Amino acid sequence: MKDIGRRGFMGKALGAVSAVGAVASLYAMKKSWDPLPSVKAAGFTTLDMSGYEENELVTEKWRGKPIFVLKYSQDMLAKMNDDQKNRVVTIGDSSFMIALGLCTHLGCIPGYNKDEQGFLCACHGGQFDFSGAVTKSPPPRGLDIPPFKIDGETLVLGEAGPEYTKMKETGITL
Amino acid sequence: MAHFTKATSVKDWLNQRLAVDTLERVLMSEYWIPKNINFLWAMGMVLAITFALLLVSGIFLLMYYQPSVDLAFDSVNYTIMRDVDFGWLWRHVHGVAASVVFLIIYIHMFTGIYYGSYKKGREMIWISGMLLFVAFSAEAFSGYMLPWGQMSYWAGMVITNLFSGGSLHADGLVEWIRGDYVPAQAFLSRFFMLHVLLIPLAILGLIGLHFGALRIPHVNNQDGEELDFDAEAKKYLAGDKAGSKVIRFANDFISKDMMVVGVYLVFFFYLVFFQYDFAMDPVNFDPADGLKTPAHIYPEWYFLWSYEILRPFSVDVGLIAFAFAQVIFVLLPFLDRSPNAIPASRRGLFSVWFWAMLIDMIVLTAMGKVPPVEPFGTIGFYAAIIFIGLWISLPIITMLEKKA
Repeated sequence: MKDIGRRGFMGKALGAVSAVGAVASLYAMKKSWDPLPSVKAAGFTTLDMSGYEENELVTEKWRGKPIFVLKYSQDMLAKMNDDQKNRVVTIGDSSFMIALGLCTHLGCIPGYNKDEQGFLCACHGGQFDFSGAVTKSPPPRGLDIPPFKIDGETLVLGEAGPEYTKMKETGITL
Repeated sequence: MAHFTKATSVKDWLNQRLAVDTLERVLMSEYWIPKNINFLWAMGMVLAITFALLLVSGIFLLMYYQPSVDLAFDSVNYTIMRDVDFGWLWRHVHGVAASVVFLIIYIHMFTGIYYGSYKKGREMIWISGMLLFVAFSAEAFSGYMLPWGQMSYWAGMVITNLFSGGSLHADGLVEWIRGDYVPAQAFLSRFFMLHVLLIPLAILGLIGLHFGALRIPHVNNQDGEELDFDAEAKKYLAGDKAGSKVIRFANDFISKDMMVVGVYLVFFFYLVFFQYDFAMDPVNFDPADGLKTPAHIYPEWYFLWSYEILRPFSVDVGLIAFAFAQVIFVLLPFLDRSPNAIPASRRGLFSVWFWAMLIDMIVLTAMGKVPPVEPFGTIGFYAAIIFIGLWISLPIITMLEKKA
């Protein structure tokens, strides 16, 4: 009986030590899979907004992801509904669509059709209008808008300015 | 300590230390296989041989492959394909085997479903087999990342995005899996590790479990007949080989197994030498480009059925349907409520269920391959609904089944 008690205690002690070790190792393993600091730090892109052409989609790059920049023409601005207007980014005299160029379904890059002024994602058939709002599922929402800050004629991606914060608060983007 | 005597032969020396005679008897000459089986019972051995082919060809590829985003594409398409003598052979064997192994897995699975080989003590065989299917799927996906072509990159993007859980927006989890905001160096290195070490280790362990699970219930037979293996073995050993319902695993059964393997290998090497293109997606011969999605993305053929279950729905419903499709086969032994472990052809409605499931999965596979346009979208949608409906109906139709 005495022996069983001792072995039981040793078993429990081993169990306790192993549990602490297992949790600690899992924590270390989790942290080792995190993005490296160098990856996280390389997070800002500055765009000069003066050189874009109307209705010409330009794809910029931020954090390895494509960023759609589309300068609106007067026509496009005139025919917008309120939802579409809310997504407009105005810099100086010009208005733009700024969006993360990844379909909100599973992250393929939608293609822009200049004549139909809309996006089509070839992966699963999702569609977006020229303002980036969704017009056909499976994407659950419009194209996401990256954090941006307007600085004169330039746009800084990766930093949240008041215009972006407002969009986020009103639920236009995530 | 055991008592050792001076060995009379090399075999005796080994016998005293490793009991090789006992091992041979337990694992081979007195491991009993029913006589009443057909060529479909050889698929396990075909799979084992295919896995060996993957392992050997993989070892040779591993010696020249460079897991770096700058070098990976060229190390595969230039170094291995042009510089290394017979490098093309290892690559084509590896690529074709990776595709064909799934064909055999599906045949093996549907054979098990047809003959009821997942019931009456054979549940663990089925469960360990489905775990092997999951491990092989992970192995195939991680291997597909390694050439770092356009399909590698975008399949990596889409599949890791599944982990955001739709409206849950678990982007942190996705970035954690990738080690970056997008698939990049950290992603390639860790999937390389998974492909060459962690998942193969899991597969080896699961193969051991799969074989072990077979040991006590033994192999099923064409009529689902419950054999008394001890009595039949006794009859065989007493000399009544014709009257016994079993034969030795080795060298008797295995010689027939190897006959099927031989036919299979002729077919396999025909594919390797003359038809390897089917396993080499042309889009993946463009290097990975994070700023350009290929016009049409589709997975390899063996994932198309579950991909098509994801595709026709809105994102959240699609993910739930997809998760359902991924796990539901594991539960088959518990969803089939009938006590009958006999061929589907003698099980009434279950026979309809079996063929409906097989045909539905072929339809899903075909619809997953074509672009998401009409009428394919609608056909895919109904096929996905039928898939889910069939699984929901399974407990009901098997409960109604008469005891055979």
